[in-house]
Amino acid sequence: MTGITQHTGTAVPLDQANIDTDQIIPKQFLKGVTRSGYGKHLFHDWRYLDLHEQEPNPDFPLNKAEYAGASILLTRENFGCGSSREHAPWALDDFGFKVVIATSFADIFYGNCINNQLLPVALASSAIDSLFEIVKLKPDTEMVVDLPNQTVTAGDQVFKFDIAEHHKTNLIKGLDAIGQTLELEEKIAAYENQTFAWMR
Amino acid sequence: MPRSLFDKIWQAHVVDQLGEDALIYIDRHLIHEVTSPQAFAGLKDKNRKVRCPQKTFATMDHSISTRSLALDACGPENQLQLQTLANNCKENNIELFPVGHQKQGIVHVIGPELGLILPGMTVVCGDSHTATHGAFGALAFGIGTSQVEHVFATQTLKQSKAKSMQVKVNGTLPTGITSKDIILAIIGKIGHAGATGHVIEYCGTAIEALSMEERMTICNMSIEAGAKAGFVAPDQTTFDYLAGREYAPKGESWEQAVSYWKTLFSDEGAEFDTVVELEAQEISPQITWGTNPGQVIGVDQRVPSPDDFADPIDKESAINALKYMDLQPGQKLSDVAINNVFIGSCTNSRIEDLRAAAEIAKKGRVADGVTAIVVPGSVSVKQQAEEENLHEIFLAAGFEWRLPGCSMCLGMNDDLLKAGDRCASTSNRNFEGRQGRGARTHLVSPAMAVAAALTGHFADVRDI
Repeated sequence: MTGITQHTGTAVPLDQANIDTDQIIPKQFLKGVTRSGYGKHLFHDWRYLDLHEQEPNPDFPLNKAEYAGASILLTRENFGCGSSREHAPWALDDFGFKVVIATSFADIFYGNCINNQLLPVALASSAIDSLFEIVKLKPDTEMVVDLPNQTVTAGDQVFKFDIAEHHKTNLIKGLDAIGQTLELEEKIAAYENQTFAWMR
Repeated sequence: MPRSLFDKIWQAHVVDQLGEDALIYIDRHLIHEVTSPQAFAGLKDKNRKVRCPQKTFATMDHSISTRSLALDACGPENQLQLQTLANNCKENNIELFPVGHQKQGIVHVIGPELGLILPGMTVVCGDSHTATHGAFGALAFGIGTSQVEHVFATQTLKQSKAKSMQVKVNGTLPTGITSKDIILAIIGKIGHAGATGHVIEYCGTAIEALSMEERMTICNMSIEAGAKAGFVAPDQTTFDYLAGREYAPKGESWEQAVSYWKTLFSDEGAEFDTVVELEAQEISPQITWGTNPGQVIGVDQRVPSPDDFADPIDKESAINALKYMDLQPGQKLSDVAINNVFIGSCTNSRIEDLRAAAEIAKKGRVADGVTAIVVPGSVSVKQQAEEENLHEIFLAAGFEWRLPGCSMCLGMNDDLLKAGDRCASTSNRNFEGRQGRGARTHLVSPAMAVAAALTGHFADVRDI
């Protein structure tokens, strides 16, 4: 897997809190057995007026011409709450998003993003307010998300974000998490040997 | 230094400390058809093996029909997913409880009833309701598919230690109030994201008095408060439930296990990052009015107005929710008609839930124009209910009696609502579209769901 360091792109504003993973990718699209092909169903209920995805909802931000080609999703608090379905980051990634900027994220979703090289950026609500203002006023504003320096730059404004060091390293290096753990085989085996017999 | 139950389980599972992260050992891995196929495919791609097939158990629950045992009953996509699970389990020597098997059922119902989940264990599943198993004093949490693959290959997970929250429910639960009402009241108090980044230890006299099934209902919905996990310290109720279960330890091992389990409690003076207290006496039957589980009121309260919320985000959420739910501020939910009732899901499909529902169902008939289904959580629950003739009570009252599965909690099968339908549901999520596009879900206890079925609108079960 290749890593992420810096991403430059435009953002689409999804101005709502508590967007759950059922909304990101509804259950009827969880029937696949592969990781690909979920992007066309992303935000299905909001994005399409019909069940067959023939009539785009003109009011939904992802369907608006001024936000076409956006690779950054800008949203509010508790994004990705609810179901643990990894289909949610798969769908966002497949649609073309590289970064999600929100006030906060639900725990499982956040981890799923990291494991899929989709960068979750949590910013203070005042910073999020400013970004919404910028993006609504000037949709073609290019934002620069710099992971090593932990900054989001939009126009002349720069916002600093926090990310755990190990998440940062994994995203930048694009590491194979399983491969890394398998190198600790001896320690895992030693752990197993000292547990209660009835737990083995 | 005094340690919390969380500290004790955590420390007992650290395989290696990796900076601020720890590699923790996973004792039990439960899998189902929806979130495992890509993990198995990932393993195969890299030529890796399932490290501990004997610690991994599989069931079919999400994509299956509740009317037919045929794997193709809900179409070719569901069938492919189910068949893929069967093939993967066979190839990797994992024990599978397929449709039709005596041990089949919803993953969070069968794990406990088979004795697969023990106090002090770490338990994971590619499903956010895995916290259910915390009822046994296990550290149980939902994971994504990449992590399922990681557990397959290594039987471990790399984790940052979460913060801890103590939720204490004092006093005695009033008559007619259930554990579903307790957890909904907790989520209403702390909010839909109130426990994000935390694990919750539920305690207090009202929690201690609960049966294992009631504790499972509470722990199950920890994720609906944003928590990573939720648990209750094991006690005699826990040991009595586990004694003699098929996969639980026996004989000398049982004695050893119990003496270890008795050390699993939060020490006097253990510290929590957050403490929340509720008085059981103040809890009334709960009903959600909005589109997230934190948007909940007592049956005796009125639907709030967006102006009742000081926080602009909460206000905006309330405006959107009232619109989607087609409700007015100040409305009484007892004036709101329903046309669907769902009794089931990993939250409320166990035998005690069905007994509580049947108790109310005896008192009347499903109202005209209401479709009401009862979906037991497992084959074993279904058989037990039938031995007790509960199904006869439901059928006589006009409910449908279905086969076990996740069913209308998420509608991956054909148990789906239509746009505009309004459902009193014993499940765990009232998100927009959760039970069908445009459908409206109100979360309630099993007894309250039956009260709604009989009256055709929401009603206080204490008045039925």
